[in-house]
Amino acid sequence: MKPKKVLVLGSGGIQIGQAGEFDYSGSQALKALKEEGIKTVLINPNIATIQTDEKIAGKVYFLPLEVKNIEDVIKKEKPECILLGFGGQTALNCGVELNEKGLLKKYNLKVLGTQVKSIKMAEDREKFKETIESAGLKVPKSGKANTIAEAKKIASKIGYPVIIRVAYTLGGKGSGVAKNQKELEKIARIGLAQSMIKQILVEEYLCKWKEIEYEVMRDKNDNCMIICNMENFDPMGIHTGDSIVVAPSQTLTNKEYHKLREISIKVIKLLEIIGECNIQFALDPKSEDYRIIEVNPRLSRSSALASKATGYPIAYVAAKLSLGYTLQEITNKVTEATCSFFEPSLDYVVVKMPRWDFQKFEGVSKLLGVQMKSIGEAMAIGKTFEEALQKAVRMIDKGYEGICDFEENSTKEKIKHEILNPTDMRLFYIAKAIEKGFNTKKITELSGIDEWFISKIQNIVQIKNEIKKYELNKEILLKAKKYGFSDKEISKLKKCSEEDIRKLRKKNDIIPFVKQIDTLAGEYPAKTNYLYLTYNGQEDDIEFKKKKKLIVLGSGVYRIGSSVEFDWCCVNTAWALKKKGIEEVIMINCNPETVSTDFDVLDKLYFEEISVERILDIYEKENPDGIIVSVGGQTPNNIAGELAKNKVKIIGTSFSSIDKAEDRNKFSEFLDQMEIGQPEWKKVKGEKETIEFCKKVCYPVIIRPSYVLSGTGMKIIENEKDMKKYFKKIIKANNFTVSKFIENAKEVDVDGIGYGSKVFIAGILEHIENAGTHSGDSTMVIPTVSLGYYEIKKIKNYTKKIVSNLMIKGPFNIQYLVKEGDVLVIECNLRASRSMPFVSKMIGVNLMELGVDSMLDERKTFPKITYKNYGVKSAQFSYFRLEGASPFSSVEMNSTGEVACFGKTFKEAFLNSLAAKGIKIPVKGDKVLVLVNKNSDCSEIIKKLAKKYRIMTNEDNENDVIKLIENQEIKLVINLLKNQKSKEFIITRKCIDMDIPLITNKELAKVFSEMVN
Amino acid sequence: MTKKAVILLEDGTLIKGEGFGYQSEAIGEVVFNTGMVGYPETLTDPSYKGQILVSTYPLIGNYGVPKNEKDEFGLSNNFESEKIQIKSYIISDLCEHPNHWAKNKTLDEWFFDQKIPGVFGIDTRALTKKLREKGTMMGLVKIFCDKEKINKKDLLAKIKKINYSEICSVKEASTKKPFLYKSGGSPKVVLIDCGVKYSIIKSLLKRNLDVVVVPYNYSFEEIMKFKPQGIVISNGPGDPKDCKETVEVIKSLMKTDIPIFGICLGTELISLATGGNTYKLKFGHMGQNHPCINTENKKCYVTSQNHGYAVDARSLIDFKVLFSNINDNSVEGIKHKTKNIFAVQFHPEASPGPTDTGFLFDDFAKMVYNYET
Repeated sequence: MKPKKVLVLGSGGIQIGQAGEFDYSGSQALKALKEEGIKTVLINPNIATIQTDEKIAGKVYFLPLEVKNIEDVIKKEKPECILLGFGGQTALNCGVELNEKGLLKKYNLKVLGTQVKSIKMAEDREKFKETIESAGLKVPKSGKANTIAEAKKIASKIGYPVIIRVAYTLGGKGSGVAKNQKELEKIARIGLAQSMIKQILVEEYLCKWKEIEYEVMRDKNDNCMIICNMENFDPMGIHTGDSIVVAPSQTLTNKEYHKLREISIKVIKLLEIIGECNIQFALDPKSEDYRIIEVNPRLSRSSALASKATGYPIAYVAAKLSLGYTLQEITNKVTEATCSFFEPSLDYVVVKMPRWDFQKFEGVSKLLGVQMKSIGEAMAIGKTFEEALQKAVRMIDKGYEGICDFEENSTKEKIKHEILNPTDMRLFYIAKAIEKGFNTKKITELSGIDEWFISKIQNIVQIKNEIKKYELNKEILLKAKKYGFSDKEISKLKKCSEEDIRKLRKKNDIIPFVKQIDTLAGEYPAKTNYLYLTYNGQEDDIEFKKKKKLIVLGSGVYRIGSSVEFDWCCVNTAWALKKKGIEEVIMINCNPETVSTDFDVLDKLYFEEISVERILDIYEKENPDGIIVSVGGQTPNNIAGELAKNKVKIIGTSFSSIDKAEDRNKFSEFLDQMEIGQPEWKKVKGEKETIEFCKKVCYPVIIRPSYVLSGTGMKIIENEKDMKKYFKKIIKANNFTVSKFIENAKEVDVDGIGYGSKVFIAGILEHIENAGTHSGDSTMVIPTVSLGYYEIKKIKNYTKKIVSNLMIKGPFNIQYLVKEGDVLVIECNLRASRSMPFVSKMIGVNLMELGVDSMLDERKTFPKITYKNYGVKSAQFSYFRLEGASPFSSVEMNSTGEVACFGKTFKEAFLNSLAAKGIKIPVKGDKVLVLVNKNSDCSEIIKKLAKKYRIMTNEDNENDVIKLIENQEIKLVINLLKNQKSKEFIITRKCIDMDIPLITNKELAKVFSEMVN
Repeated sequence: MTKKAVILLEDGTLIKGEGFGYQSEAIGEVVFNTGMVGYPETLTDPSYKGQILVSTYPLIGNYGVPKNEKDEFGLSNNFESEKIQIKSYIISDLCEHPNHWAKNKTLDEWFFDQKIPGVFGIDTRALTKKLREKGTMMGLVKIFCDKEKINKKDLLAKIKKINYSEICSVKEASTKKPFLYKSGGSPKVVLIDCGVKYSIIKSLLKRNLDVVVVPYNYSFEEIMKFKPQGIVISNGPGDPKDCKETVEVIKSLMKTDIPIFGICLGTELISLATGGNTYKLKFGHMGQNHPCINTENKKCYVTSQNHGYAVDARSLIDFKVLFSNINDNSVEGIKHKTKNIFAVQFHPEASPGPTDTGFLFDDFAKMVYNYET
């Protein structure tokens, strides 16, 4: 019997280890249920997701994923069933807790798919080990410990190094490798604190074994199959989320591949999983010996990757299986002729590359290990490993054109050190090592990376040398393209322009071919529109028909400052275009964690780089009516100029307007001309000029290079000394804008749609934190709670003036400062903004649809906005993953995601929003630690908090405080110290490691103190 | 220095690539395989005799080629026969620096040693699509030195001269004389070798069955002299209708009550022996991901397959369909309505490929053990 109503749990705000992939899997699951006529109810405070649109989920609750809230929803909605496997570890843990508390039974709620018993069997390491070993299969030698003493005993039995793992955590949180007893103590303490059941596992450390993953499916009739396997470039010891991953495996023989496959199927049967799971193996590089490392009994980052790598819609099928379908009853959506019971065969190779953002975090350790640190990932498809690898390096958008595009004069010692101690740069140092004459064997010895991979890197380096050494004839150019060199990198090597290479290439008829991904390696005809480009081919797979078509550029890799919110914008724009009757809407994106890269979302998907070269390649083949660059965040926006220069038709706001807004100097000049208020500013070239200006306006100042997203290179500078330091660090840019930094000012964001001369102001968002906190890190509320009538009026007038004079056609975002009645403009983006999904959901109007109306020159009457609720959007941080990182926000954005909650009152929305991002609101009588400077004006805050909580301060005995933190007796820390001394930093960092909520902003603390009473 | 190579198909399609292995010329039936691992096993599978194989997976040779180590029965641990069986190999990206602990040679060296020409740098997806659309074709591969001129007309004439049945022949693939493998178990099965893969023999030995491998044309009387408690009819190359002698023998064997198990070509031969019919598939099932369903209990399995011919379900007499292909509904296994005779088109012995259906050997062994002579 099919259920009538199903409750689905989402994964909450995006954080390291739990990102956009769960929007993708949740959306697919919801779609699968909807197809069956089942009503769905979703709980997920992640406002920026596509799954929280009501056209995907039947009903959405933006609430913190806490059992209390889930119970409330269950009471209200009375669903018959619940889905736990599509919201990451968060949803899984909620499910286990619901079961433990007897709530599933109480409300007669049936779990669809994999049952709680199975989840526990997979997640509880002890049970897991027992189950696996009872079937004669191998897991690493290990023992569980509930105390540090126990941990030590086990470790000495197994022998160091050992790895410490924590039950029920995501992304390896709390895990670590201990080489000796001292390290063990430290890691065990943190691990025990973070475990839901206060238990850790001490395990044999399989250093330098290959790390292999299998994605496995099973239906209720015990039919099993694998979707694909994947091989980690980096061996055991580096979290798979931080590894370069290749699909399918490259260095495994038939025996190894199928041995692990057979074991995978045994394991999924043992655990009685219905749906999908991910199994991780360690494989000895010197024999066929193996260990089963872990099983994720749910959709995961790896399953999203596998889904995109093969074209097999894993989450969709898993959802159907949970309803009781068998694999052979479900159609293969790619062929539409065959069924879902088959194992995809790939005729290409896929490389996934993680994206780290260490530069955003002060004090962070860049070393890669068993805890995941990357923020996002890109996936590249090619016909050779070299081609895919080099594409992937470009896709993560760190400014490298390929693995050889890394200039550093490093000594052999330095290179050796970098290969031995992996960071985000190891790949580049390996290439460097080859250039410096290290042999592949030596590099393998140092890194543990299979020599096969190293020899592929060697191939790339060899070609780089050939390009440099010889005249660029057709043969060398073609070879370079086949090995993934971009025109730009070749041009750098040949000291000419990118355009020269493009011309030469086309003259020699060297153009990439379009290939389909069809899950069957061409064996059967497929209807797929899932495409990529390669130079290792001899023909295009598809014909290019003349149709009314438009291209939408996606957001590319997720990073700090550009995440799932831009995917929401892209997908909604594409859907809106479809509604408008555009025959073919084409998406270009390279991020496997997105909904936009679901091939059935749009007419055509190019899983490709968002680069000028690649966009032109596609543009020239497809010959579309235009291209939309304004909904995918800064990446597509940044290449708008180059594209326009190459006669690409940009739909929406013209490039000259984009330029006027993005170039800080042009923009400031424009504001002056319009007589719109802005902080005192000056366009500066060098250090000297900057310092002169700063003297005039007085510090602090804010300095920023042009064309940046999320504050890269932007900094508030307090004095001349720091300014000098800044110039020492920044080398790349030479075009800056310095402006006076206005202290204690309110910040306000305006989101809207420009219709040329007309404007629709969709939302005025008031920040709780004063200016100085990056807008992506701040807490925002709609409607405004403290702005006056005249301030709002001024903001509206300025907005209208800017929009109509820049002739904005499509989405825009303007940031203002408000101080003592003054309204000053600080920034304007002629593209969709981070807050647009929030605003759209708040006002019930899809801004992307309005944006499309404008871009297609269709006028509409503007919807009238009335606020029934308050909405508060909060930033989601991931400091707990980033060892050593300072949690004090600055103008550089630090948050990895966002959540939003709504409420009849500001208080309700605010407190829920904090809870949703992980600040569990302490209950009356709890201990709260408040760290403030002497003589600061924080006494009001403390007074208010003291009414409800037991306040501890920096006056208390430090050792006592640390002990209370370690025992998690302190339930919240508010740290408002101006200059952090190491002592206080240690305390704060400890809170993060111990999972104690932290507030570091005074305004936020103030509102909090007012709201909790 | 790389060598030049061309591929010529009987429809006149000419594709240029680079050569590896041995500098020579080869003619065969061009077929594709979609498996992503297991080239040492695939290339030594006698069912590929006379064929030019196209690999859809582009990266080939990554883990090199292992040593030809023998197990206790003298059967190779790593290969399916003693030599490369295909005529030539067409791939996209040849790995020049393979790495694996069991590696002995590179693919290039192995091909050179066995005097087989190979081509790389080919868009094998494009070629596969062509074969899919136009059906399997005969073709020629030629590796040549720079100066040599290629005369398409002459080469085409060469292709036309070759008779498919001659090169894809069971006669070539089968053993010349009988051979006994003693597992130490007592029941004895006779395996009619039409081009058997070592893994089939090994799968039987593993179940404590002694195996007598006999030539494809061994007579009924000769077979019965071994007092077999079970008969296996192996895989092999080519058109089943060319194996008239074997079909006759099977007819006689089916009159006894000895359990019979057919694999791949064996299935087709059993069908013909019962008066059924076989036909050539437009493009063969060649890969490791073919879904099959057991028509009796509805269980699904992923199977390794390598067959260009199939049994016509409508022509079956006394037999019913045991397995069918979920994708195209073709017959993948048959079962006698009353007797202990069954056969599958896929490869339960895997190697290369998934091991899901290895239990079929258990089923057969059970029949053998239960059979009273």
